[in-house]
Amino acid sequence: MAANIEILVRKANKVYHEGEIISGVVVVVSPSDVRHDGITLFADGNVNLQLSSKNVGIFEAFYNSVKPVSLVSCVLEVASAGKIPAGKTEIPFEFPLRARSSKPLYETYHGVFVSIQYMLKCEIRRSFLAKDLVKTAEFIVEYNLNKCPKSESKPVQFVISPDSLQNVKERARIPRFKITGHLDSTVCCLRKPFTGELIVQHSEIPIKSVELQLVRVETCGCAEGYSRDATEIQNIQIGEGDVSCGIAIPIHMVFPRLFTCPTLTTSSFKIEFEVNIVVIFQDDHLITENFPIVLTRS
Amino acid sequence: MSKSIPFQWTPRKRDFVLERRFWRSQRDDVTDHPLRPLIGPVTESKSISRKVSSAGSSTNSSTPGTPQPRRNVTAVLADPLGAALDGTDPLSQFAKEELDPLSKIAVEEANWEQPERRKISDSFEDDVLQEWSARKAAILTRFTTSERLSIMTSFLSGGDKVVARPQAVGPPQNAVIEKVKNRLEQLDEFEEGSVKEEGDLTQGEYVARIEQLNSELKQAWNTDQRVKALKIAIQCSKLLADTNVTQFYPSKFVLITDILDIFGQLVHDRLRSKAEGNRVRGKLPVDFTPDMVPEAAKETCRNWFFKIASIRELVPRFYVEIAILRSYSFLTSSEFTQALLRLTRMIRGIGDPLVAAYARCYLCRVGLSITRDRSFIHENLYDFLAAHKQLYSRSVRAELLRQKVDLGSYLTLYTPALDWILQLAAHPGTEQQLLDVLTICKNLNVKSGLVLNSVMVGFKAVYIAARATHFVDLITACDDDGFPQYILFRTLGLCVVAAEPPREQHHTLLNVVWKVVSRLSDVGHYAACAEVWIEFAAKYFGKNEVNAILHDMIRHLTPNRAYEQHYPQLQSVVSILLRNTQDPEILFGMDKFLTFIDMFQKEVVKVEVCKLIMEAYCRQKQDAVRDPVVINGVMFLCRVLHDSVNAMTVDDEKRQIAQLICGFLKSVDFGRDFEQQLGFYVDARAAFTNLDYVHLQLVQSVNRLAVETRKIVGGHHTRKTASFVRACAAYCFISVPSISSVIFRLQLYLLSGQVALSNQCLGQADACFKAALNLIPDFPKTIEVDGKPKSSDFFLATYLSNFMSTLLIVPDPPEQGVLYLTRGLLNCIQTRQWDAAFSKTNLYLQVLCLLAASAQESYPYHIEKVDSNDALYGSDPKFIAEVNRLCGVVVEEIFSQLRAFDDTSNHAKQASLSLELLNRLVSFADLSQPSSFKYAGKLWDLCHRHGKQDSKVVERTVWYLQQRAALPGGEKCKDLLARIHQAS
Repeated sequence: MAANIEILVRKANKVYHEGEIISGVVVVVSPSDVRHDGITLFADGNVNLQLSSKNVGIFEAFYNSVKPVSLVSCVLEVASAGKIPAGKTEIPFEFPLRARSSKPLYETYHGVFVSIQYMLKCEIRRSFLAKDLVKTAEFIVEYNLNKCPKSESKPVQFVISPDSLQNVKERARIPRFKITGHLDSTVCCLRKPFTGELIVQHSEIPIKSVELQLVRVETCGCAEGYSRDATEIQNIQIGEGDVSCGIAIPIHMVFPRLFTCPTLTTSSFKIEFEVNIVVIFQDDHLITENFPIVLTRS
Repeated sequence: MSKSIPFQWTPRKRDFVLERRFWRSQRDDVTDHPLRPLIGPVTESKSISRKVSSAGSSTNSSTPGTPQPRRNVTAVLADPLGAALDGTDPLSQFAKEELDPLSKIAVEEANWEQPERRKISDSFEDDVLQEWSARKAAILTRFTTSERLSIMTSFLSGGDKVVARPQAVGPPQNAVIEKVKNRLEQLDEFEEGSVKEEGDLTQGEYVARIEQLNSELKQAWNTDQRVKALKIAIQCSKLLADTNVTQFYPSKFVLITDILDIFGQLVHDRLRSKAEGNRVRGKLPVDFTPDMVPEAAKETCRNWFFKIASIRELVPRFYVEIAILRSYSFLTSSEFTQALLRLTRMIRGIGDPLVAAYARCYLCRVGLSITRDRSFIHENLYDFLAAHKQLYSRSVRAELLRQKVDLGSYLTLYTPALDWILQLAAHPGTEQQLLDVLTICKNLNVKSGLVLNSVMVGFKAVYIAARATHFVDLITACDDDGFPQYILFRTLGLCVVAAEPPREQHHTLLNVVWKVVSRLSDVGHYAACAEVWIEFAAKYFGKNEVNAILHDMIRHLTPNRAYEQHYPQLQSVVSILLRNTQDPEILFGMDKFLTFIDMFQKEVVKVEVCKLIMEAYCRQKQDAVRDPVVINGVMFLCRVLHDSVNAMTVDDEKRQIAQLICGFLKSVDFGRDFEQQLGFYVDARAAFTNLDYVHLQLVQSVNRLAVETRKIVGGHHTRKTASFVRACAAYCFISVPSISSVIFRLQLYLLSGQVALSNQCLGQADACFKAALNLIPDFPKTIEVDGKPKSSDFFLATYLSNFMSTLLIVPDPPEQGVLYLTRGLLNCIQTRQWDAAFSKTNLYLQVLCLLAASAQESYPYHIEKVDSNDALYGSDPKFIAEVNRLCGVVVEEIFSQLRAFDDTSNHAKQASLSLELLNRLVSFADLSQPSSFKYAGKLWDLCHRHGKQDSKVVERTVWYLQQRAALPGGEKCKDLLARIHQAS
């Protein structure tokens, strides 16, 4: 029976800020004694970038994936060679979360072409006949609330009507409608919902659905150029069926964790976000209004 | 027992007047009520009563003002109860201990309740939530469909159509990668098995599917597949976005919200146990605050809400969030109001008004249980009213057209949800709230019958009734939006019945409303309204108005036998009328009432209605009835009841009906017009031939009549009264045979005979008695007592004893021999097969008493104006000899029984019988006759022969002899005593 390793950090939500001490325990549960050549804990933070096949050729995408950027790298010897008794053993550890270079730590972000991840890896080295035991666990990095840019109120009014549409092929086939509304702000705090209101003033054809689409725009730059891709994070329906006219429908969306982070622009990559208001008519006509937004931590 | 000397009975001469005076017990004057000291001093006795414990001074002497002599008396009599209890009765003893136990409990409870008070005082919520469960059942039965339904889910087996479902990828909720991975695997599992649509389901199958989902959810949860459980909850709530087959929607809502409630509860419990597991101080209190919750549990809770916030579709996101809304309490204690308001606004995005209305209903229900702030309810109401036009929007109309549902019935689908919301909005029920709602409606220009109806249902009837005419205006001003107007009038009717509108509005109200109601063309609608409004008339108006309405109802319901469809309503009209009239006489005073009853053509219903009326009649009727119209009317109803009795009717039913009829018979009283009264009884007998109990009552009533007559004439009958009482006696004599029960017949014969005798109708009395004697051989061996068959001996023995006391004063009929009836009686006793031999001999002993009394010069009692045998024969020696001969025969019978006991060695019975006989001898026979004296001695010996005698009876016998010996003429008793002493 192999031993089972688990890495537990002190904080239940696993969220840490730069400069904080990460403390926790490595829990080893084993039915028998485990002899080992030392237990090591690695803390790594990387930005992984990938070029999309849309912008560069499929092979380039495969081979030319951009080198990851290392943010944190820390090695910790939590136990020297010895023996772990059978049963449950807890080995405590503690280290400060600090950037490797002078660069700041970016927030954790799980994206498609860009992702920023911080991992704890515990390795129990064993004699060369037995396999090393390895276990990884992610922890989350967020900006310190006091040191990052604040959200501000930048309300936007909008009116959507056939005339306001771009990209239209056959203007004649578009039903007549008018939708007005406002967004409370385009600079939003991640921890608070995205809010606003929308009023269907009138519509010739009944509406089937009103949706709110959250989109990430990831840009990867490299020597060969850069790629910019917009992909959907989530789609939230705010109006279902033929909503009544003249009544303010709330726009309300909670930003998902991990999949969003404060808008980030660096020399090699960018992470930006947009919101689309999508109105689908009963005849499956679909219109979209795009709003770029800036996300902040606080 | 030797037979050497034949026994010769000679009766002792007795002077009953003297004896009565002698044997009467001593009487003393008293000044105090004998029971008073027991209940008297309760509290004053506290201090000393405990110390004094000797029986002598037990009843406490501390009562101030108790007369001195009484203390002596109590000391001697040593009240046993008082002695046992230290002089105070048990109740006051309890009372002494500071407080009585009940109030002690009450005080404790009050103390205990204090901290909980906040919760208990909030019982409105509990009541309302209780009520919801009642409503659920009502909704499920009311909203049903025969249409085919379809269900979309990935969790059920069966179905063949596979639809690929686009799925929003939610964020993995937890940073613990292992866990997330595990859950994602689960997720994938379901993703792979894609959604299937099952169509063409009947309602029953559909409900079964939902049930299956429910158990599936619980099972998933219990096997730690929380993601699966969540997905089931989401899929369930997705069903609520679908209004295909609208008629079923309310029921669907009930079924699915039940599942969601369970889901919410599971999540809450899970979070709670998680919070408690990580907590140092163990269990969380009921009203915990977020800072008592450990961080880990909060994180889990947050994950739940993040997960739900990412649900793609609006309706499921809304429902699932509401379902777990209660778990917000782990995160924050203040955000409920905000969350509820946010969710309320979210509903605005739901286009289908029906879905939106029920979403509001669910929101209000859940919101009610988690916060005390009521603002969201008003917000919901306001939003509903603001979006009210949506109910008549093009898409709704198109949908209705597609489903072939008319607008009226579509609108009634809203009533459960709207009633519920309005009822909550009406809490705590101030008048101002009603005015506010009405103002909102006015401002928003909502003139919908649907809303108005729910307003009337939701708010207190008092407020509605207070402005009843205003509501009538509102009702008539309503848009013709398809909501049936008759329902509005019906609801208004219910309000004004529950609470009285201003007096000056009564007339206008009834006139205006009835004008509309009587114009309703649909009989069903008409009946529904009339049923309510007749109560209004019955409550606040006189019989003329009610009669007019009845007339109108008859007019509406008679064509095409429409009444056949509306028996329940008609029945309820009858019970309403009964409820609202103190005197049922008034009902019969209305000329349309009986015509109305005539509309009940179906036998079963008719009988039921008659029963209903008769029950009310018997309950409420206190004074006598003599109005022939009323009597005729009630008679008619009774006849219906009576005619419903047939061979198949169960006994209980018969008894019930008979009781009702008897109640009526008893209530009829023509005062001093006795002949009319008798005539009525004759009619009644003719009308109710099938019911024993009724005959019984009739015979009793007629006997009563005869006795009343006697009372009035003071025993001196005139020619007219004499013939009347004879008629009564004849009535009884003829009526009795039609009763089937022998027991009743016997009793009634005896009673009628006694009454006839007291009215000097000798012939009739004789006939009755003779009939009774003839009946005795038919007397059943067993009778039923408490459902078990028992020997009838006991009953018959009692009856015959009673009979004998009557026989003493019945004069012998001239055409028959001496003591004709008594001899008949003896024959009866002799020929009957008695269960126990001693009941026969016991009766012989009684006969002995009777005979001994008959031989006296003057009988102990008489009936005024009736010459008994004492006067008739004047102690004629021939008569006396005949009596004595009979006595001899009887005694001989008893002797033979004594011998029989000897043979069977039944010594105890022999002893007691011989002692009994000895007692009779001593009391009634002349001891100076040597044979009597000798036999008395022998009996004493016999009684003691085996030592089985009852010593107490022996003692009493000796005591009696001693008393007798002290009296004049007691020499023989003295001799007998001497003989006895010698023997023992």
